[in-house]
Amino acid sequence: MFDFKALTRRAEFAAFVGTLAVYLFFLYFGWPTFPTVLVTAGWVNVAAELGIVALPIALVMISGHLDLSVGSNIAAAAITYALLCGHYGLPDVIGLPAGLAVGTFFGFLNGLIVTKTKVSSFIVTLAMSFFIRGLIFGVTKLIVDNVQVAVDVDPWVEKTFGGRIYLAYENAIYLFLIMALVISWILYKTTFGNWIFAIGGDETSARAAGVPVERTTIFLFMGSGFGAALLGVTTVALYGSAQVSAGQDKVFYSIIAVVVGGVLLTGGYGSPLGVIFGTMTFAIVTSGVNSTGWGADWSLLIIGLLLLVAVLANNTFRNLALSGGKVTTTATTPDPPRLPEPVLEPSMEKENDHV
Amino acid sequence: MSDQSTPYLSLENVSKTFAGYQALADVSLNIRQGEVLCLLGDNGAGKSTLIKVLSGFHQPTSGTVRVEGEEVTLKTPRSAAERGISTVHQFGGTFPLMSLGRSFFVGVEPKKGVGPFKVFDKKLANAVVVEQMQQMGITRVTDGERLVGSLSGGERQVSAIARAVYFGAKVLILDEPTAALGVKEAAHVLRIIMQARQRGIAVVLVTHNVTHAMSVGDHFAVLIHGRKADDFAKGERTREEITDLMAGGEAMAELEAELADLTGTTNDIH
Ligand SMILES: Nc1ncnc2c1ncn2[C@@H]1O[C@H](COP(=O)(O)OP(=O)(O)O)[C@@H](O)[C@H]1O
Ligand SMILES: [Mg+2]
Repeated sequence: MFDFKALTRRAEFAAFVGTLAVYLFFLYFGWPTFPTVLVTAGWVNVAAELGIVALPIALVMISGHLDLSVGSNIAAAAITYALLCGHYGLPDVIGLPAGLAVGTFFGFLNGLIVTKTKVSSFIVTLAMSFFIRGLIFGVTKLIVDNVQVAVDVDPWVEKTFGGRIYLAYENAIYLFLIMALVISWILYKTTFGNWIFAIGGDETSARAAGVPVERTTIFLFMGSGFGAALLGVTTVALYGSAQVSAGQDKVFYSIIAVVVGGVLLTGGYGSPLGVIFGTMTFAIVTSGVNSTGWGADWSLLIIGLLLLVAVLANNTFRNLALSGGKVTTTATTPDPPRLPEPVLEPSMEKENDHV
Repeated sequence: MSDQSTPYLSLENVSKTFAGYQALADVSLNIRQGEVLCLLGDNGAGKSTLIKVLSGFHQPTSGTVRVEGEEVTLKTPRSAAERGISTVHQFGGTFPLMSLGRSFFVGVEPKKGVGPFKVFDKKLANAVVVEQMQQMGITRVTDGERLVGSLSGGERQVSAIARAVYFGAKVLILDEPTAALGVKEAAHVLRIIMQARQRGIAVVLVTHNVTHAMSVGDHFAVLIHGRKADDFAKGERTREEITDLMAGGEAMAELEAELADLTGTTNDIH
């Protein structure tokens, strides 16, 4: 049976409604350009590229942290790839994985510093963002005396990471779909996924229950570093060059997409499907404005409004989920005051053997 | 007291000092299986500190902790948990935005499948949590996908107790589980405590509600300013004596006289 109420209680419901709303909005105001194959390819590409970064960040945010270093990490991976292959002439099978490794490594550093120092991830990743950007600026200027590096990518890279599926539809869409599947699988199907929710919900309780909080957190930051790096090498594969200043806009765009997608900024709640809707909504707004003839400037205004409305809508739907349907049984005293929630440790469990 | 068997968990002359402030002084306690030990005391008496020592959150500054007669150091909540000591704390939270099934199994997730394809068994988790809640009389919970935050305070206490019992706790420590609950919900929680006791679990119940304590307690300890002021078995003290003790030794009658003066009535307010 179709249970509409249960559907509205899902984390991604508000995000879905948002995507539908902005799509219909631009279908109306952008008619007849907006629904054409090419314009659609435009926003789908934007969503895919953003999603590659936003999905791993969503996990970081569900665990209650932030990653503001992804912008620099995108550039770090791209520059690494371009320098190794474009400047030093190494084969792509070395340069591309090296780019991915660099981004993942900076993610690892983020996680390590956050877990060891207990400094908020906002500050740690902000600092890391400047550190990385400065580092690649300095190194690139030293080596090639320029702020961009060109590279002739191998055909196999162009066919996989770069290139187009059909007309203007980028291969990045595949990467986005794979990323979405992997992230969903991790979050819903693994014990690791349960730990992410638990850490974001209450780190102390999670630790008391035996969740390896440090290891999990470090792994999540490595994930967002990898996601950023994946987009970095993908842009090199697409455009044949790397810019030192690349990726800056992705920091806030990805956070917006994640939050619009229904992830709670303070952690503990969210869904990958919601984030996919979030990236689509973002992409539709930024690309859709071009179909209206109002001028692209308005897209920022719409995004500002959208962010606010989305957060309000998500709060409403989350509260709906928390109400969990009507209390109908032996109604006792009029709603007893909420207890401070109990913390509970498991008993008896031997050391965790997973991950 | 009459019981000679080795207590499951015991404290000997345990003291705990926080930066010069003595929260616990020379406390000795025996916690036996199948018994409810009620820890009584006013706010700030040291009850929470005592159970944090029992549950591995704090190490005592001096004194000994024994499990089944053997001296142990409960370094972390986890090492306490491994010895069957399960605690539902007064502060902090379970995971209000997680589903019941997921939160019930945090850290001990059930898995199905083989090798690298082992996945979290959501179906089992949800089924178990619903079954356990039903057994504990929370019949309106029929879906393990429900968010923890949608439960009432009493239901959350019950689910926490259900979890401890399900994972085979030997000692169940409850910090003020009935505070802030309505009468019926409190009664329900107390019933669940009796059930746990019947299963042979040692229950440590922290409360400052004398009625709740007397309804389920087998043994009582009263803390005043971090010291154990009294320690007695069921039936050895009257309600008035206990109330007086909890008021910090100050006779309740005096207090009542004072109150009567304040409210301008001479009626007995017993
Ligand atoms: N971590 C701590 N650091 C310093 N003082 C503490 C700490 N925990 C408890 N105390 C102090 O110890 C005393 C006993 O507190 P507590 O055990 O919470 O009392 P109860 O639970 O009986 O109300 C209080 O005065 C409290 O301020
Ligand atoms: Mg207390």
